[in-house]
Amino acid sequence: MTTIDELASVRTGDKGDTLILGVIAHDPAAFERMDRDLSARRVAEHFGLDAQKVTRSDLPLLNSFSFELSGLLGGGVTGSPNLDGHGKTMSYHLLTLDI
Amino acid sequence: MDSLNLSNPNGLSSPPKAPDQVRLGAGAGFAGDRLDPAIALAEHGRLDFLVFELLGERTVAAAQRREREIADTGFDPTLIDRIVSVAPHCAANGTRIITNGGAANPRAAAEAVAEAVRKLDVDLPVAYVSGDDVLQIVENTDPVTWETGQPASSIDGELISANAYLGSEPIRRALDAGARIVITGRVADPSLYVGAMAHHFDWDLHDADLIGRATVIGHLLECAGQVTGGYFADPVTKPVNGLAELGFPFADVDADAQAVLGKLDGSGGEVSVHTCTEQLLYEVAVPSAYITPDVTADFSHVSFEQVSADRVRVSGGSGAVKPSDLKVTLGYDSGWQGEGQISYTGIRSKERAELAAAIILERLKSLHGFDPNSVFVEYIGMAAAFRGLMKVDTSAEVRLRIVGSANSRRRAAIIGDEVEALYTNGPAGGGGARKSVHSVISVKSCSVDRAIIEDAASVEFVDGCAEI
Repeated sequence: MTTIDELASVRTGDKGDTLILGVIAHDPAAFERMDRDLSARRVAEHFGLDAQKVTRSDLPLLNSFSFELSGLLGGGVTGSPNLDGHGKTMSYHLLTLDI
Repeated sequence: MDSLNLSNPNGLSSPPKAPDQVRLGAGAGFAGDRLDPAIALAEHGRLDFLVFELLGERTVAAAQRREREIADTGFDPTLIDRIVSVAPHCAANGTRIITNGGAANPRAAAEAVAEAVRKLDVDLPVAYVSGDDVLQIVENTDPVTWETGQPASSIDGELISANAYLGSEPIRRALDAGARIVITGRVADPSLYVGAMAHHFDWDLHDADLIGRATVIGHLLECAGQVTGGYFADPVTKPVNGLAELGFPFADVDADAQAVLGKLDGSGGEVSVHTCTEQLLYEVAVPSAYITPDVTADFSHVSFEQVSADRVRVSGGSGAVKPSDLKVTLGYDSGWQGEGQISYTGIRSKERAELAAAIILERLKSLHGFDPNSVFVEYIGMAAAFRGLMKVDTSAEVRLRIVGSANSRRRAAIIGDEVEALYTNGPAGGGGARKSVHSVISVKSCSVDRAIIEDAASVEFVDGCAEI
């Protein structure tokens, strides 16, 4: 088992109640590993969402992925009582995922 | 040390750009951004353009509300300070300023900026872009919101603002007409930069590949410090030097919209393939279709190359036709929110915080008649920001945070008052109580036909010093 923290860095962004995770692999080998094992379904499970709520886009030139997690932020920063309404801290939740 | 270094202790400097390039600097990436990096760039960056991005979705709605309460106050409250701080350097260095800090009232902002600049005795003609305020159009056409699939009028709360995302065209028009400072309301963030490039190189805004590449550059710059090591640094896995004196980025762009990103020599932070890649993906749901008013940009073939220390070449990027509709942000008055916080530390901290929450919830319901569904509880220190996704059994310190919604300021204040009263009526060892009340604006989005909006978009100069 390897954590995402060992394979990549992650940046979080938000649009409405959608959380967007940019995942940048440390190197091509890490990219291949995640290409195989970091599916949209796996990310959905880790964030407690139904599989169809998560889509993955691949950017092989940049050894990177973008994950779109819809509905995670419950109304988004403007409609949410959460202290971190943007979900900016959530990148570090993905880093703990074991694959 | 020679005397010059006394005013520039870090030896901030930048090499000249190539003669066939234009240099654009980022002066701010959000309304709360630092001021000193923009001053440093204005003084030492040899910039052609300095861009202040100051508007979030909610910021513009909040500004509309301010404008309703007191006329001519609906622009960014930091705008004048920012412009005054950089204007003498910009005047001396031939740098033009572009900002969306006009927020809900670009005209009032432009007049205030023009007056402040006049006092500095520098000659910087100020133009402003209006037409993003489409409240009247939305009220008349009642479009469907993206989030609910229902008409805008069916959303709870009074609709207080509707602002369309304008593109680069009016900014380019203002610059073409001789503006040295351009002030807008809602404009798509990358378009603030694209307008400057399009003016400088006299681009055809219908050249989708070119504008797509320019949008990549604008997107990389728009969050300022986020591409130079901010929102990136991790002391273990991604250490970055000099975050306390983080330099903001600039880009040297050529006529084909290829660019090299950099920052001032001597400033803190880093510009690397890694920082650029992280920022490229920031808030980009579908990298092959990043939609702005100017273009549907394709980021999926962008590549980065480290050409020297803190200099990264950006290439690739393309675009397809611009969308026929423009995105409009709707702001609704959604009442009030009250909040209280209190800390429990040491043995049984979590148990005491949970007891405190139970007491408050019971009192809010039975004594004050709050609907339990309108009250929200977080345990800060127990991975609260992960929203229950990370299981934590214990913590040396737990800060209880309770938030409740109400339809008046007075009722919202009850939440914090009740939390504060835990000092003498709640679990043992509760300390550091704080309370606050604020009004809530909720935001939705809809689409409006581009033609209707663009017909109304206009560029005007303060003092009418140029004809558009």
